[in-house]
Amino acid sequence: MKDLNPIVFWAVFQEMLGPWLWVVIAASVVATIAFVWVVIREGRLSSRRLVWSEVAGLAGGVAALLIMMAVTNSRFADLGGPIDWLLAVSIFALGFVGSIVGVYAFLSVFAMTRAPAKSEDG
Amino acid sequence: MRFEQNMIAFGRRGLIAGAAVGLLSAPLPRARAAAVRTKAKIVVIGAGAAGLAAANRLADRLEGASITLLDRRREHLYQPGYTLIAAGLKPPSYVVSTTAEYLSEPVRWVEEQAAEIDPVAKTVVTEAGRRLAYDFLIVAPGLVLDYGAIEGMDVRRIGTGGMGSVYAGPEAAAATWRMMSAFADKGGVGLFLRPATEMKCAGAPLKYTFITDDVLRRRGNRAKAELNFFTPQRVLFSVPIVHEKVRMLFGERGVRVNYQHTLTRIDLDRRIATFRTAEGTRELGYDFINVVPPMKAPDVVRNSPLPWQSGPWAAEGWVDVDRHTMRHKRFPEVFAVGDVAGVPKGKTAASVKWQVPVAVDHLVADIAGTRSTETYNGYTSCPLITRIGRAMLVEFDYNDNLTPSFPGIIAPLEELWISWVMKEIALKPTYLAMLRGRA
Repeated sequence: MKDLNPIVFWAVFQEMLGPWLWVVIAASVVATIAFVWVVIREGRLSSRRLVWSEVAGLAGGVAALLIMMAVTNSRFADLGGPIDWLLAVSIFALGFVGSIVGVYAFLSVFAMTRAPAKSEDG
Repeated sequence: MRFEQNMIAFGRRGLIAGAAVGLLSAPLPRARAAAVRTKAKIVVIGAGAAGLAAANRLADRLEGASITLLDRRREHLYQPGYTLIAAGLKPPSYVVSTTAEYLSEPVRWVEEQAAEIDPVAKTVVTEAGRRLAYDFLIVAPGLVLDYGAIEGMDVRRIGTGGMGSVYAGPEAAAATWRMMSAFADKGGVGLFLRPATEMKCAGAPLKYTFITDDVLRRRGNRAKAELNFFTPQRVLFSVPIVHEKVRMLFGERGVRVNYQHTLTRIDLDRRIATFRTAEGTRELGYDFINVVPPMKAPDVVRNSPLPWQSGPWAAEGWVDVDRHTMRHKRFPEVFAVGDVAGVPKGKTAASVKWQVPVAVDHLVADIAGTRSTETYNGYTSCPLITRIGRAMLVEFDYNDNLTPSFPGIIAPLEELWISWVMKEIALKPTYLAMLRGRA
């Protein structure tokens, strides 16, 4: 078996998502930059916003799994070997972390627009 | 179907969830030297998976060459998707696109069928009488479904009287689903089979048996149905270890296996299938049947000097190529890739994925005056669906060795959701990237 070429993966993802690939990448980059910027600017994590974003993260993780099941015509009963559970956990984790970062950044920016000088729970 | 492919050779290092399909093999590194300048005239017969991928790869690697692609059909059909249509999971439109959308400059597409190949004079004549001279020829017209070899068979009646045939096209696959779904509602006798000839994706008839079993179970009607599988061979699959696994699974699912049975006749009105067996003929009534026809090379190849000259492949007309380079054994400027190639394995998209870069590399090396060291080892793969939601990612080579892309991670003989996920969402994008010469 030959080695995997990253260019091949890129081509496949382009075929898979079409223009949405760029939307997904852009959304991820914007959310990550916003999150990092907010944390650096405030010098700490707001525990209140973090809790809310973690709640959103749980929902995001579950949503990611449900979407995957729907898109692939699958059921949870189809999970067989350990690699299947690893895949399911990875999908959940992706939805979980993505939602936390996105929601935390959104709440923070929203809070700043309302009270630019001080943090929400400060 | 291997694209279905069919249709799988991943690197051992990386695992990206959802994209780990066999078609993702990278037989040749894409980072390569600048395009080779040439005035060579290259004709590619057939704009299926193999022909399109070959033409686009050649366009990428050559500068100044005349590359002519011959095919009358404007539609492009993603054949690995037929099984999903026949499982009621995708509409026929899922597999239909157009040849035009995959063509890259400077490939010239002539919308005519090749009618005659003269490898001595190095010319191809189209059905319209156009004569094309070539320096190199890539033969990729696919194969012919020989329904006429089954007495009483009528493709126009697919989707009626309990008769289906997944292979005949997207609409036929959808019609097969209607027949199978009706069967799953009431039960009865289901017949599943494979032909005596070489065939596209030998796993497809097995998959459809498993899928039918699953649909029956989901509807609570499995006990009302009797499922029978017929094979002209003494095995269910050419790779012994896969045969054993499928035999065990069929045993678990209650599928009765009949070896050395070849479908020769079908009475569509009375719903009776006739099989040739070692002991004579055997007639069986059915409530549902998935007809898989014998397969052979197209007439344009069969009527040329290109096929094997002796043995079973001579009768079926497969092109006599070196199994490691895809180069014709007697006409070195001719290559054959895809279904029409007379090699022991691999009438799947996954084989095409590997064969095409090898053949193209040898052709380009000829032009450049160098030697190619690329070889095709018979690699092919089959996401062998064992129920809706699970599949076995079976990959193997000429020597019947299993060649798992993720040894220790994705077990080839284990029914896994991840293998199903690959079939559902990653195979088609990989296939399309291959068509464009990008994967």
